[in-house]
Amino acid sequence: MHAIVEKPLLRISTAGSVDDGKSTLIGRLLYDSKSIWEDHLEEVNRSRVNRAAHGPDLSLLTDGLRAEREQGITIDVAYRYFGTPRRKFIVADTPGHEQYTRNMATGASTADVAILLVDARKGILPQTVRHATIAWLLGVRKLAFAVNKMDLEGFRHEVFLRIQKQSEQLLATLSGATASYFPISALDGDNVVEASKRTPWYKGPSLLEWLENVDAEPASDAPFRMAVQLVIRPHLDFRGLAGQIASGTIRPGDAVRIQPAGTPARVKRIVTFDGDLEKAWAPMSVTLELDREVDASRGDWIAAASSVPQRARRLKTTLVWMNEEPAREGAAYLLQHGTRITPVRLARISERLDPATQAQVPATELRLNDIGLAELETADPVPFDLYRENRATGGFILIDRISNLTMGAGLIESSLDDSHEAGSLGTAERSALFGHRPCLIDLSERPELAAALERQLLLRHSHALVLEDAAISTDFLLSAGLLVISTTARPEASVQASRLDSDPARAISELVEALRRAGVFGIEGDYVQGEGI
Amino acid sequence: MSQPALPHLRYLEAEAIHILRETAAQFRRPVLLYSIGKDSSVLVHLARKAFFPGKIPFPLLHIDTTYEYPEMIEFRDWFTKEIGAELRVYTNRAAVEAGANPYDLGTAKCCHLLRTRALVEGLKEGGYDAAIGGGRRDEERSRAKERVFSFRDREGQWDPRNQRPELWNLYNGRVDAGESIRVFPISNWTESDVWRYIEVEEIPLVPLYFAEPRQVVVRGDTLIPLEANVKLLPGETPVTETCRMRSLGCTPCSGAIRSDARNAGEILDELAVFRRSERENRVIDHDQEGSMELKKREGYF
Repeated sequence: MHAIVEKPLLRISTAGSVDDGKSTLIGRLLYDSKSIWEDHLEEVNRSRVNRAAHGPDLSLLTDGLRAEREQGITIDVAYRYFGTPRRKFIVADTPGHEQYTRNMATGASTADVAILLVDARKGILPQTVRHATIAWLLGVRKLAFAVNKMDLEGFRHEVFLRIQKQSEQLLATLSGATASYFPISALDGDNVVEASKRTPWYKGPSLLEWLENVDAEPASDAPFRMAVQLVIRPHLDFRGLAGQIASGTIRPGDAVRIQPAGTPARVKRIVTFDGDLEKAWAPMSVTLELDREVDASRGDWIAAASSVPQRARRLKTTLVWMNEEPAREGAAYLLQHGTRITPVRLARISERLDPATQAQVPATELRLNDIGLAELETADPVPFDLYRENRATGGFILIDRISNLTMGAGLIESSLDDSHEAGSLGTAERSALFGHRPCLIDLSERPELAAALERQLLLRHSHALVLEDAAISTDFLLSAGLLVISTTARPEASVQASRLDSDPARAISELVEALRRAGVFGIEGDYVQGEGI
Repeated sequence: MSQPALPHLRYLEAEAIHILRETAAQFRRPVLLYSIGKDSSVLVHLARKAFFPGKIPFPLLHIDTTYEYPEMIEFRDWFTKEIGAELRVYTNRAAVEAGANPYDLGTAKCCHLLRTRALVEGLKEGGYDAAIGGGRRDEERSRAKERVFSFRDREGQWDPRNQRPELWNLYNGRVDAGESIRVFPISNWTESDVWRYIEVEEIPLVPLYFAEPRQVVVRGDTLIPLEANVKLLPGETPVTETCRMRSLGCTPCSGAIRSDARNAGEILDELAVFRRSERENRVIDHDQEGSMELKKREGYF
């Protein structure tokens, strides 16, 4: 029997400059870890294109498309798979040319570590800075500097030390990043899989040993988040919210809120094909059954009630632009965030980052492969976390409404909503904040109790209001989440005060009890004042 | 609090389920391309998990070249009935009636008519706007660059130079009428991941995948099982070999390998020492350099 391999997968992004040997390095990792099929290698050997002076051209293994093989450049993101007995790896192999920033960002978006190729003869180049900056922006914190072509520098220690020193300036700008350094020759294999005899001064692990042992991005300790992908309703007795857990952990009984409405609920069951679970965590795909019927569907987030996401309509973001059509102020797009799609306007572009020099340049548009700061205004409030705190709930893409193309990717940096401006509260969220549902109470039989009931409810921190004018519609007040006490007859009221005790104090108690029975105060202990939000 | 990382096979499973659910949610008429092979079987199993306790909310489409092994058709009908899936079958009737076969047309042309054309027409006929396939990026070099949601124009063609960027797990499935998306939920799986999953999940497969003595003809380095529609070439005589199929295709064009592996576990042991790719025994992939990319551009899966 073969047990499931228990090693966590490691996702790696690589990028490098022209001819710094990146494809050769990946070919070498695949070849030396015996992850290449012989017939693929033979096909490479038979190929009309061979740029290696001797032996097979290992870069041909990874440069997949005809145009690339002919031009000798990598033009898109290619994914490679290899494994050792210790671990499985997915490598996103991306081109290093300036015009392929978008591919670098794509590869880095899911990576745990980034391998930065440095040509020993050339040292840290603008392309190295570019790749490191992009990887860091997209949340990669572990950087491996593979100093390649050490064979051409006679494996001299001082060359390696000089490059290490050069990189310090770069690292100082990338807060939280950690670096490891490897003196290698991808062509000959030195320090790629096994320690090289030609670098006696180097005591560290080979690149592959390091990759086998490095911790992946720590399993997120961010609070529970799950985007609802779809509602599974095979019959009337079951309504499940299906999604992949973006962060955190969930157990039956946990209190959650449906975002952006803020509706509270508890998880009743975690349903899977393989049976119910007692606990589930990111990145599992599950189906949650809640303890009550709530309005939740695709586009909503389910979040831990103890720590809900922020909500805003105006967002400060970093955009990576990915289309020939530049991003311009005032342009409208669709914003896809989790499973939610919202119309959005690009309100302002403030600056552009030159990732090669890390200079911030004032800008009013972003062209293909530009990275810049932009303010967005969404049509509906977006529930989100900051990208630097939660990659899964802080990233989004922008889609063109006409061409349907993915125009750019964005990282949420902060909310621009003022607290007194975030006014578009829905009834459900107001209810959540108030701690009770709206309710209309017909007190026309005992109008003299209205003021006492109002006072009693306010003392309970409920939001009540006496309405004495029969001509005023209650719809608006109820949509504002209030408990409306009408002294005139309201046949549509959900609480009709009849046959109340003649003693005023007892009558008030009966009314509060009637409200409780009507579900106005919701589920005990679930949304008390001051909790959450 | 931190949780342990998921074992890599469960990570891949959760990712595939997410992709299948996105497909069901984003498209009007998705379809799962069911080739009866091991990757399709894994895909169908994942779809059962994705929509549990509901049923798979889209049909399974089989492109029947009429050169399939009889065991495959038998298995297809049993399996789809067993799990209560809706099966649809499409064949390029015009080409079959015109007598399309690899001996007269060559493998490239035959394959174009009976697989690629049939697929494009079958998808058009059904009005499908998303077709889910079992393609994996580790199979072949051009597949390594395929997106999980891969755009096809009105002719079903792929433009590898102009693909939509795909970041995080955000998949953009927006298309206009006539355009479609090919969806590859097991993009990130390798051949051994597929076998390990088949073993752990006990997924039923066509018996052709498992070794037993079979009548074959030896053609170059490849063993071609002797079926009714396999023609003997001059000088060929059938022999009996213990063998299995590593990848299923049409009878004349997919070869078996000598093997004693009788179950998924034994196949994994064999893979651990294998040095050659599973598609090597598919004659069609090698008819010209970069031939998979050319087929894919035209609409092949």
